[in-house]
Amino acid sequence: MTSIRPAPEHLLARHLRQRIADGAFLLVTRAAAALTLLVLLGIILSLVVGASESIQKFGFGFLVSSEWNPPKEQFGALVPIYGTIATSLIALAIAVPVSFGIAVFLTELSPVWMRRPLGIAIELLAAIPSIVYGMWGLMVFAPFFAQYIQPSLSAVFGPIPLFGRLFQGAPLGVGILAAGVILAIMIIPFIAAVMRDVFSVTPVLLKESAYGLGCTTWEVVSRIVLPHTRIGVFGGIMLGLGRALGETMAVTFVIGNTNFLSGLSLYAPGTSITSTLANEFGEATPGIYTSALIELGLILFAITFAVLVCSRLLLLRLAPRDAA
Amino acid sequence: MQQIQVGADRVVASAVAQKQEVQMAFKAVNFHYGSFHALKNINLDIYKNRVTAFIGPSGCGKSTLLRMMNRMYDLYPGHAASGALLLDGEDILAKGCDVQTLRAKVGMVFQKPTPFPMSIYDNIAFGVGLHETLTRADMEERVEWALRKAALWDEVKDKLGKSGTSLSGGQQQRLCIARAAAVRPEVLLLDEPTSALDPISTMRIEELISELRAEFTIAIVTHNMQQAARISNYTAYMYLGELIEFGETDAMFLSPKDRRTEDYITGRFG
Repeated sequence: MTSIRPAPEHLLARHLRQRIADGAFLLVTRAAAALTLLVLLGIILSLVVGASESIQKFGFGFLVSSEWNPPKEQFGALVPIYGTIATSLIALAIAVPVSFGIAVFLTELSPVWMRRPLGIAIELLAAIPSIVYGMWGLMVFAPFFAQYIQPSLSAVFGPIPLFGRLFQGAPLGVGILAAGVILAIMIIPFIAAVMRDVFSVTPVLLKESAYGLGCTTWEVVSRIVLPHTRIGVFGGIMLGLGRALGETMAVTFVIGNTNFLSGLSLYAPGTSITSTLANEFGEATPGIYTSALIELGLILFAITFAVLVCSRLLLLRLAPRDAA
Repeated sequence: MQQIQVGADRVVASAVAQKQEVQMAFKAVNFHYGSFHALKNINLDIYKNRVTAFIGPSGCGKSTLLRMMNRMYDLYPGHAASGALLLDGEDILAKGCDVQTLRAKVGMVFQKPTPFPMSIYDNIAFGVGLHETLTRADMEERVEWALRKAALWDEVKDKLGKSGTSLSGGQQQRLCIARAAAVRPEVLLLDEPTSALDPISTMRIEELISELRAEFTIAIVTHNMQQAARISNYTAYMYLGELIEFGETDAMFLSPKDRRTEDYITGRFG
């Protein structure tokens, strides 16, 4: 007759200790995950509670009213919402093609010795603090922009019907367009770095196959590399957009900070959600004023959340085509 | 000496070998990767509508030689060729040679299948569209022709809109052969086309190569000597950047002239 030999005493104790340690480890990781969720919920909750007074008073009208009048206690968020979205879109419109050009040059065209220094220089752009961008934008870029760039833009685009109205008006330098340009410079290193990384991991054989069929560099990049890396490229663009939407300091310096919407011109000064918050929180009186500002914060949160959800949905649509 | 099986159709081929037309000719060709001398004074003829296999140990320069034939080395700085490489009598190493046109005449298939991130149909139509403007009907016809040439049509005719990456490895490689054939090149370069495939897929590709010979001149690099013996009409044995021996496959495998070739093909070395 055979029987299972009982495990020695010291092994049993050891295994028990291990099981306890493993259980503790599981608890710690769970707690870390739960903490993130709690903080997120807490922030949303406090934003909603803080904004409730304003939500009750203005309702949906808060989103579409362009009146921002603290003495009269009339608040509408249209101007800052418009400023936030317009500056971010301008930033993307400039940064995406420029970053694409940088990434293609760095991965396909530049001499090998130039790749590292140039890549590092572009990454350094990301290391410049945003307040430095703001100061530079206000004191150096805006005057230059007003004197040389804006008049030329007016001359070129001004006569075009409808579209031209975006480029009319007094060349002040500071304004929506200037803020968009500064934002573009700030997000270029992020988008360019992501694009360069995904372009450079495109399999060499895939590119050689295309060159081997007689493709030019442009055909290889546009027809093979870009479709192959579209998910990564899209992720890089979203990273840049997220940063542009949330950027405060640099925008506050160059956007002009007025709460009036005066026509379509991108030359006009405006304000963004973040710069309104930065400018006015200090002087806001408790009550409806503060509540309106908190609601602005809630709206910014909703916008970035919506961007995140949309990008996820788009990625889901993009992904299956490549799946095996 | 190890017995190596020889395909029957080549007995016929060797009988008419004397009057073979030369498609490409290496004339005193040298190649450098920076300071490394990768190909040393290569003189070699590639015959029209024949399969020429390049064998030799790793690093012997056989892939380099293949990649000269469509100037793939142009992509990389520091790679330099000298001498003359004639395609239909014209020197493709000359400065004035148009690389795009050359690559329409000399197609290439690589070690691993490289389907483009697009549909099966577009994988074929893409390369054709680079060089020719075809009507929709003509393009459809060309795609079908190419897929039939690559013995893939029956497997994919109902899913031409699906992604090329959805195919199996062997199918992907045949798609790449179809893609290269669709441009109707004169020469097909195959750089170890079966090295990433299972034995059955390999067999199908080998059968395909024998059929494609009727329309294309084929140059193939292979690590597998049996493969070279099975599918090629001519074999070139290379070692350390030199062309050691070149001749009809049967003759070379049965009675190699050079001691180094014999050592390699009998497995004593390599």
